[in-house]
Amino acid sequence: MSSTTTSPQRALGVEHAPGTRRTLEKGPSGWLAVPALAFFMLFAILPLLGVLFLSFTRWDGLGEIKLDGLSSWNTVLADPVTGNALLVTAKIMFFSFIVQAPISLLLGVFTAASQKYRAALAVLYFVPLLLSSAAVAIAFKALLDPNFGLGPGLGLPFLAQDWLGNSDLVLFVVVFVIAWQFVPFHTLIYQGGVRQIPASLYEAAQIDGAGRVQQFFNITLPQLKYTMITSSTLMVVGSLAYFDLVFVLTAGGPGYSTRLLPLHMYLTGFKANDMGAASALGVILVVIGLALALFLQRLGGKNRNASQLEGA
Amino acid sequence: MASTTQLPTAPSPLPAPVTTRRRPQKLGRSRPNFLGGLGGWLWLAVIIVPVYYVVITSLKNQAGFFTSNPMLPPAEPTLDNYKLVLENDFAKYFTNSLIVTVGSVVPALFVAFMAAYAIVRGKGRFLSWTNNVFLLGLAIPLHATIIPIYWMITKAHMYDTLLALILPSIAFAIPVSVLILSNFMRDVPNELFESMRLDGCSDWAMMWRLALPMTKPAVITVGIYNALHVWNGFLFPLILTQSPDTRVLPLSLWTFQGEFSVNIPAVLASVVLATLPLLVIYIVARRQLLSGLTAGFSK
Repeated sequence: MSSTTTSPQRALGVEHAPGTRRTLEKGPSGWLAVPALAFFMLFAILPLLGVLFLSFTRWDGLGEIKLDGLSSWNTVLADPVTGNALLVTAKIMFFSFIVQAPISLLLGVFTAASQKYRAALAVLYFVPLLLSSAAVAIAFKALLDPNFGLGPGLGLPFLAQDWLGNSDLVLFVVVFVIAWQFVPFHTLIYQGGVRQIPASLYEAAQIDGAGRVQQFFNITLPQLKYTMITSSTLMVVGSLAYFDLVFVLTAGGPGYSTRLLPLHMYLTGFKANDMGAASALGVILVVIGLALALFLQRLGGKNRNASQLEGA
Repeated sequence: MASTTQLPTAPSPLPAPVTTRRRPQKLGRSRPNFLGGLGGWLWLAVIIVPVYYVVITSLKNQAGFFTSNPMLPPAEPTLDNYKLVLENDFAKYFTNSLIVTVGSVVPALFVAFMAAYAIVRGKGRFLSWTNNVFLLGLAIPLHATIIPIYWMITKAHMYDTLLALILPSIAFAIPVSVLILSNFMRDVPNELFESMRLDGCSDWAMMWRLALPMTKPAVITVGIYNALHVWNGFLFPLILTQSPDTRVLPLSLWTFQGEFSVNIPAVLASVVLATLPLLVIYIVARRQLLSGLTAGFSK
């Protein structure tokens, strides 16, 4: 292309100037990655080590930090509330997965089709994505009020329960509100996945006389394998992050019935002023999150990108 | 994407005896799917009823709220609740949210873009190690780090400032931004970089004059994704700020709810007002917003 000026090098049998050649092999300097890395190290990795360190200390959040050996760990591990928080977290993780996954999958398939009314419905389906967790929680708190909410509004007595005050019901209410907020996001992921399935597969299946249900189970589901893994990973790991919604909706109550692990950590640290114990809970949270992410990654197989291409 | 209506390339042995009975039709679903349609409308009800309730209630006066049917629109709609919310420093909280969002997303995009460029175009142990650190960051529930972050911010005398929200927000936006930007940057043909290199371009110039224009949609997508997360973020403001001067919108909803707990219509008006900016963006640029939300998770 630009060979006119490079004739001296040509004569020497070199394509480009030696300096250029070297940078071509080396690529850009690693310094370009340093600002991002520095930020991330300082405000994410360093705190990650900090949470481990603080779990061996005693600190009320204001005064001096004192090394205190394993006493925070002993407190946390002996406290029945910790076990309860783990159980509540596991329950919410499980129930929100089995509620959200099928609904998002079906809605993703539903909205990926070309009918006009479905596109119109999809526009409305995604509205919850615009609301902050605090807004969603406040809206549902009002809506679920037994006196001025949905129940009396529709004249249906069974909807006029004390949803957020009944410790048997409240967990499922939280699961429902989480689903209301997050199903649209996963619907969007599935919609994208379905739209990437080659139409030729459906054409072939139709020629073979496969019905709608058969097409769903024999083409759509297998083709969505990697979308499912992505969505499920985000759902499961994400359920360790349901903090703000539950905090505003129930503050962990009534009693301890919706006190999730992250919420328990926050309340221990910033309300009970026991930062040491809260840090120990933070460490537990990190370990569980990492273990889940690695497990799901393993489940999905290692060579995701290669096999995905093969599938298409 | 490319091969939606391609003809089968291999010659099919049977040229479709099926077509003898059916008219050639648009491929896709043949009969209307009643069950699917029913489910679709049902879910619409699930989504719309709470939204409807919030909007109509926010237009009721307090007496009307206690006496009228909760699911019926107010007989005499009023905007007094909105006035009350606006008079309670809504503009300040909105500005704070805007400062924190822009102040986090722009620097995060800038450093993440450079890092993604270096990771994709560069070689060496340092860069692959950097990439692994970011990938690890995706798997860690980062809010588990709030206590040390609180510690650092108080030590640095930044507690209760907007900068206290901006700095960690930048850091937390970096892993996902680098991942998605580098995914897209790998798709830029190598030949383009090489020909620019032959023209004597430096990496710095190639980054801004080639890589950036070629990955602009991805940059916008990642920007939207991060902006939504920062805009709606609740945990950092909760632990790192305190005074009304540094309050951001999601936190203001919560404090407003605490102060005006009896005045449900006003609380719900604050919910509507806080959502309004995003709703406007949704109406104007729905496609970009939605693709930003999944930010390449379905790529």
